[in-house]
Amino acid sequence: MKLPTTSLEEWRYSRVDGLDLDRFKPAGLRPTAPAAHPEVDALIAAVGATSAVVETRNGFVVSRVVSGQGVHVRDEADLSGAPAAVREPSDAFVVANRAYASDPHVISVGRGVTADPVILVHWVDADDVAVYPRIRIEAGEDSQLTVIEVVAGEGRALVVPLTELAVERAARVDYLHVQMLGEEAWQIGSQVSQVGADATLTSAAVSLGGYYARMRTDCALTGQGASSRLIAVYFGAGGQMHDFRTVQDHRVPKTTSDLLYKGVVANTSRSVYTGLIRVEKGARGTNAFQTNRNLVLHEGAHADSVPNLEIEDHDVRCSHASAVGPVSEDERFYLESRGVPPEVTERLIALGFLGEVLERLPAPALGPLLGDALATKLRAAEQLEQQR
Amino acid sequence: MSTLVIEDLRASVAGRAILDGVSLTIASGEVHAVMGPNGSGKSTLSHVLLGRPGYQVTGGRVTLDGEDMLALPTWQRAQAGLFLGMQYPIEVPGVGLAEALAESFRAGGRDAAPVAATVADEARRVGLDSRLLERSLNADLSGGERKRNETVQLAVLRPKFAVLDEIDSGLDVDALRAVARRVEAATTEFDLGVLAITHYTRLLQELRCDRVHVLSRGRIVRSGGPELADELEHTGYAEWAEEDPAVAGAEPVADPFADPFADPVSRPLG
Repeated sequence: MKLPTTSLEEWRYSRVDGLDLDRFKPAGLRPTAPAAHPEVDALIAAVGATSAVVETRNGFVVSRVVSGQGVHVRDEADLSGAPAAVREPSDAFVVANRAYASDPHVISVGRGVTADPVILVHWVDADDVAVYPRIRIEAGEDSQLTVIEVVAGEGRALVVPLTELAVERAARVDYLHVQMLGEEAWQIGSQVSQVGADATLTSAAVSLGGYYARMRTDCALTGQGASSRLIAVYFGAGGQMHDFRTVQDHRVPKTTSDLLYKGVVANTSRSVYTGLIRVEKGARGTNAFQTNRNLVLHEGAHADSVPNLEIEDHDVRCSHASAVGPVSEDERFYLESRGVPPEVTERLIALGFLGEVLERLPAPALGPLLGDALATKLRAAEQLEQQR
Repeated sequence: MSTLVIEDLRASVAGRAILDGVSLTIASGEVHAVMGPNGSGKSTLSHVLLGRPGYQVTGGRVTLDGEDMLALPTWQRAQAGLFLGMQYPIEVPGVGLAEALAESFRAGGRDAAPVAATVADEARRVGLDSRLLERSLNADLSGGERKRNETVQLAVLRPKFAVLDEIDSGLDVDALRAVARRVEAATTEFDLGVLAITHYTRLLQELRCDRVHVLSRGRIVRSGGPELADELEHTGYAEWAEEDPAVAGAEPVADPFADPFADPVSRPLG
C-alpha cells in the first residue's frame, strides 16, 4: 500500500507521515471467543432490547446473535463492488480494507420493518496488527433502524474500519460510532452513506481513544427530500489526535444536511476538523449547515477547523461556522466566584460544552454512560496537566 | 462574629486607576450600602474583592477575619466566605445551578447531598420558577430571574459576606422585594454581612442598612447612617458627578475576555 502524505489537502494536519505501516502485520490466528470487556458490556446493557449483536475480535467475527424479526445478518465474501455512494476512488485505506477485511458483513432490514437496535463491537486487543472491520448496512424502504458500532480495546494496533450505509427511500436510520481504543492505537476509518428520497440518516460519532484516530464521513443525499444530521463529540488528552473529515454531498434537489461537531483538546493533544458542503449542479433547494466548535482546555493543545463550501447551483441555503477558543474567562470567573476550584470549573465547562451534542445522540440511553466516560477522562487530563 | 476589612484599596483597569484608596469595615450581620454616581468605581470594587481577571490591585489590603483575601485565588476567597452577586450574571452553557453549587460544597469539604433540595427550597423563597433550575446557569433568564437566581445561590452557599453589585438593577418591584427580603433575612438567619452596591435607594426600603457610603472618583467621600440614603434620594449625586466627567465616562470598561463562542466566526472559503 502506498501511503498518502500530508502534502495532500485531505491529509493536511494529519499524522499519516508518522505511520509506520511495516509495524502492523495481518492478524494471525482466528480468536475462538470474545474477550472480557465490561465497559462495552455496560454500553450494550444500556441499549436494552437488540435485534442483532455482532462482535469481531482483531478483525474476526467471534460472536453473532440475531434475535430480531426482519433483520438479516450475512457474511459477504465479496463486497468489492464499490457502493453507489462512493463516486471516486477513495483513499488507500479504503482500498486496503476492500482487499484485507477478514469477515465483511452485511446487515439488512427489510422493507417497512422497524427493528430493535443492532450493535456491532470491534474489539482490538492484539499489538502490532492491522485490523480491517467492514460492515455494510442496508435499510430497506420505509424501514427504521438504529446501529451502534463500538471500536474499543487496548491493542496497539492499526484499525481501518469501513462502514457503508445504504438508506433507501423513506427509511430512518440512526447510526452511532463510539471509539474507545487505547491511546497507542491508530484508527483510520471511513464511513460512506447514501440517503435516498425522503429518507433520514442521523450519523453520530463519539471519539475518545486512539493515538491518532481519524474518521472520514462521506454522506451523499441522492433522493429528493433526503436529509442527514451529522454530529460528533471528540475529546483528546495527553498526546492524542482526533481527525475528522466530512463531506455533505447534495446531488439532487431539495435535500437537507445539518452538521454539528464539537471537540475538546486537553494537554498537548490535537484535533482537526475539515468539512466540505458540496452542492452539485441541479441540486436546487438544498439546505446545508455545518458547525464545528472546539474548546482548547490547555495551552499546549491545538485544534484546527477548516470548513469549505463548493456550490454549483443557485437557490440554495448554506451556512458554516467554526470556532476554536479557550475556556471563556467570564464563565470561569463566574463558577470560581461560587467556590468551584479551577480544575473542576474546567471539567464542568468542558462537559457542558459537549453536552449540547451528547444530548442529541441516537440511543439516548448511552448519553449518561458516555458522559461519565468523558468526565473520567477529563479528570485524568486535569491530573496530567497539574503534573506537567 | 466575622469582620471584613478593606484598607486603602487601590485598583486599576487597563492601566487606568479606578479605585483610589477605599477603606471600609463590615461586621457580621451588618448591611453597608455603597452608593455613588456612574463611573465612581462601584462595580470595580465588587470585582476586585473577588479577584476578577482584568482588574489590577495596585495597593491596599482586604482581610476576612485577618486572612489576606488578595493573596487567594477567586475560588478560595469564595470558600473563605465571600460571595459576589453579579450585576450581569454570566451564562454558562451546559452547567446546571445545583451541579455547580454541589461542586463548591465538595471543594469546601461540605456534604453536597442536600444541595439539590436546598436549591429547590430557596428558589421557592424568592419566587424563582423551579423549571428554570433545570436550565444551564443563567441561560435564557430574564434580568429579574437572573437576580433571583443569584440570591438562591447566595442563600444555598451561606457565605459570611456578600458583595451585591447592583442586585437591584433591572428588577421589577416584586422581584426587588423578593431579593431584598431574602438578603435581609440572611443577615439574621446566618449572620450575613452585606456590602450592597447600588445606584438607587429603593433597594434599601426592604434591606435595612446600617451604614451608607458615597463612592466618588474611586474614594469614599462621605459615610453616614441610613438617613444619608434619604438625603441622596433628594439631592442625587450631582454634587460629586459633575466634578470629574472624565471619570464618569470610564465605566463600563469593555471586558477583555469576551466569550469566544458568543458569536461564531465564519472562516473565508478555502
